[in-house]
Amino acid sequence: MTGYVIRRLAYGVLVLIGVNLFTFWLFFKVNTPDDIARIQLGGKRITADQIVKWKAEHGYDKPLLYNGKASGSAQFTDTIYFQKSASMFALDFGQSDDGRDIWYEIRTRAGPSLVLALPTFVVGLAVQVSFALLLALFRGTRFDFTTQVLLVVLMSVSTLFYIIGGQYLFSKLWRLVPISGYDTLFDSYRFVVLPVVIGVIAGISGSTRLYRTIFVEEVGRDYVRTARAKGLSELTVMFRHVLKNGMIPILTGVVAVIPMLFMGSLLFESFFGIPGLGNYLIDAIQAQDFGIVRSMVFIGTVLLVFGLIATDISYTFVDPRVRLE
Amino acid sequence: MRKPGASRVGRWARAALLACVTLLAACGDVWNNPYPLGEASENALYSEFTERPKHLDPAQSYTESEAEFTYQVYEAPFQYHYLKRPYQLIPATATAMPKPRYLDAAGHELPADADVKNIAFSVYDITLKAGIRYQPHPAFVEANRHLPPSEIARKYVLSDFKQTNTRELTAADYVYEIKRLANPRVNSPIFGHMSDYIVGLKELAAQLQQDLKKQDAERGKGAWLDLRPYDLEGAKVIDKNTFRVTIKGKYPQLLYWMAMPFFAPIPWEADEFYSQPGMVDKNFTLDWYPVGTGAYMLTENNPNLRMVLSKNPNFHGETYPAEGEAGDKAAGLLEDAGKPIPFMDRIVFMREKEAIPYWNKFLQGYYDKSGIASDNFDQAVRFGGGGEAALTPEMEERGISLRTSLATSTLYTAFNWLDPVVGKPGGERARKLRQAISIAVDYEDLISIFMNGRGIPSQGPIPPGIFGYREGKDSVNPTVYDWVDGAPRRKSIDEAKKLMAEAGYPNGRDAKTGQPLVLNLDTVVSSNNKSQLDWYRKQFSKIDIQLEIRGSDFNRFQDKIRKGNTQMFTLGWNADYPDPENFLFLFYGKNATVKNDGENKSNYENAEFDRLFEQAGNMENSPKRQELIDRMVKILRNDAPWMWGVHPKSYALVHAWVKNSKPNEMARNNLKYQRIDGNMRARDRRAWNPPIVWPFVLLMIAAAALAWLGVRAWRRAESAAAMPASGQTSVEGGV
Repeated sequence: MTGYVIRRLAYGVLVLIGVNLFTFWLFFKVNTPDDIARIQLGGKRITADQIVKWKAEHGYDKPLLYNGKASGSAQFTDTIYFQKSASMFALDFGQSDDGRDIWYEIRTRAGPSLVLALPTFVVGLAVQVSFALLLALFRGTRFDFTTQVLLVVLMSVSTLFYIIGGQYLFSKLWRLVPISGYDTLFDSYRFVVLPVVIGVIAGISGSTRLYRTIFVEEVGRDYVRTARAKGLSELTVMFRHVLKNGMIPILTGVVAVIPMLFMGSLLFESFFGIPGLGNYLIDAIQAQDFGIVRSMVFIGTVLLVFGLIATDISYTFVDPRVRLE
Repeated sequence: MRKPGASRVGRWARAALLACVTLLAACGDVWNNPYPLGEASENALYSEFTERPKHLDPAQSYTESEAEFTYQVYEAPFQYHYLKRPYQLIPATATAMPKPRYLDAAGHELPADADVKNIAFSVYDITLKAGIRYQPHPAFVEANRHLPPSEIARKYVLSDFKQTNTRELTAADYVYEIKRLANPRVNSPIFGHMSDYIVGLKELAAQLQQDLKKQDAERGKGAWLDLRPYDLEGAKVIDKNTFRVTIKGKYPQLLYWMAMPFFAPIPWEADEFYSQPGMVDKNFTLDWYPVGTGAYMLTENNPNLRMVLSKNPNFHGETYPAEGEAGDKAAGLLEDAGKPIPFMDRIVFMREKEAIPYWNKFLQGYYDKSGIASDNFDQAVRFGGGGEAALTPEMEERGISLRTSLATSTLYTAFNWLDPVVGKPGGERARKLRQAISIAVDYEDLISIFMNGRGIPSQGPIPPGIFGYREGKDSVNPTVYDWVDGAPRRKSIDEAKKLMAEAGYPNGRDAKTGQPLVLNLDTVVSSNNKSQLDWYRKQFSKIDIQLEIRGSDFNRFQDKIRKGNTQMFTLGWNADYPDPENFLFLFYGKNATVKNDGENKSNYENAEFDRLFEQAGNMENSPKRQELIDRMVKILRNDAPWMWGVHPKSYALVHAWVKNSKPNEMARNNLKYQRIDGNMRARDRRAWNPPIVWPFVLLMIAAAALAWLGVRAWRRAESAAAMPASGQTSVEGGV
């Protein structure tokens, strides 16, 4: 397994380089260093001379990928790409274009992102799996049919509707929780309850239907018949046998998502005023801050690579037949 | 005997119930308070901000979102009177408004009414009030300016520096800041403009550029460059409390600039403190932690969540104004006359990116003031029979009041003067075409449909309230309006069509080629403005012009304007100061964007206009200046380089507990004048926000009932007889 993990990590580095290059190309396809300078300096009374000075001060006065005027390795190192992006492989994210320390921002924002994302994920998963098991238990009944129709309806509703509707009901009409905001980590419960509830409800439909299909497929297998033949109750069959075996395909999607929880939720953080990483990325894209965008994409890619490797490893724990070679 | 499982469930249920009760009890009698619970009774004003401020360094900050903070912390020598209109400059840290001395090229003093052409230099001596002190700050402790990097590495926020101190404000601090405008590392947005006036600023910038390069090579990038030894002819210390600013020629608008934080004092100690190695890596910069003498100091800077200004304990003894304009006394705006300011201990700015939570929090009493988004306009404002804006009963019931003011800004559509069809090369034909379009595009309609009536159609470049604006019939643009029954009336489409025919485009077709006239409008496209762009197409179609919308992102749009690759484009201008020069310079030929990288985005050029601008631009307000402005406005209205568009109106809602609130489009340091009746606010918040629990309880009961039904159905299915062998083993018929 060690060899497999090392090989996957090596592939991960290649993926990281590729994503890094692609982000760089994409960003500078849309924005020139002049655009970045103008955004940072503001729209009024800016002269061409000031643009030149800003670029020189912030390292945007170099060629993008190849410096024909330099010699030797400097042809590649004395470029915007190398100066701005290569250091990230040493986990040095540098400063944003408006001069803030990016790593400091990421550290301080990861907490609020997790405070929202983790309970939403854990409660959501528990609800989805339980609900899917329940549907599998009642499969083919009117309850199953009605619920599935309801889930399709819920799936068709935009997340934004859940957010606005939830804020209207719980915060505006019933005044049970603050409509948005955040506090220190331990006092944040008042602000997180509503987005977590909405997040769970908004996410229940798609996954539940998928998990139900998985469980129903498992229910038809021979080992389930054997378990029933042994006289086990249906609940024991479902929770002890079907759930365990059904978890393998569920893990495929779930484990890969866990590291990504750090990245936060763009929509929920924005609407509920939670100062997480999702909010940070949206701000950076709006401000065309290349420093932050590249760092966030880099971290997102790293987490995704680790998530996928973790998924593979997790197979070996839930299914002893799986061997990583 | 109880089952062990049931006992465990019971314990969990009791624990959950206890936790819920504890949490709810911690919330007090209102549960939706979005602030830390201990803050409920504080003497604080609660406001919001949407965008993270990028710069809090006074030499760099130039946007509205930053001004909200910088104007409270920094003190320029002058400020705007809070209540008087038209806007009037008064001393802030200065003892009096300075009278300029004029010198000729040989340095001889000229009389105050000397001809502008003979004035080579204007000299301003500014004397400061004695005894003004800075906010407490670690930069004033010498040991803090020589910290080893290991010590800095252990600091995370400014309050981690336990030792703070202060010192008296001196004239040298103002001179230091003026020199900072030339520092290439600071990159001040007004350097280009100021270097045209302040004697020696350009040369200083060149010198600093050279020295910084040398210093970076020797001591590493970012080391402190002490600006004190550098000599700047245009900014000199005369004595401890007096400094002299010398500018080229005559430029009375300099005093307006000196009411902005660009000219706020910066103590050299702060510059040295923040330049220590390791400081920037920890966000310890002037851009993040400002240092000032203003009424407030920034004590919490978390732009992701909230920013807090606290009362500066060293603030000098300024008092609430005793005079205002007519009506201020009746409005209760002079009740605090003569009382020491600021009134509030803290100003809390919460980050609100979305309009819905912001609006609802305002209605719940958690924000003290609010703007009105289009979506909420009908809920807040109704128009009377005479078109006057009033609050809806819902707002009035809550004691909310409406404050409106006309912004010193303009939203316009420009014709590119370099374009062969609509610009100067088109000659008389293009002029008539521009005039026809100006008549056809009905801005009254736009204001009504897209701005909820919040604006007035512009009659020219100068908005009402600024010197040079004419009232009554003289205010009307005769190219577009007729004066009928004491009010302006837009000319008819027939007149526009007649102009089109005279321009050689009868029925929207080129008379020579027969080709339909197609014009291009450049704009920034967003999901929000699609209907507005359709509206523009409709307006142009009234005179049979086919309008092509060329949408692009903001960068490309700006780029097109800089290169002159436009025909028409929509843009806005927000005044820096309340002087006609700040609007008329947008048409001065030497400021043309394509040719000279200036702010004249339409690239308009008219020799007569330029001549008049050179005369009137730098004049004090006088009948002579008014006459010159009238002539300039007449030329512009006739040439129509812009469709004059709209002067927007600001609408703000204020809760009854906010006292001394008066809109001021120029003064951004107005928080120090405002007061809160905390008891009223606490009472209203309680009254408006009692939690309603029964629907939630009902929901829980419904969920429990469903669960019970499910369990019952399951048990019934489990205890039912075996199904006939059909290959199915499910609990069919369970529910």
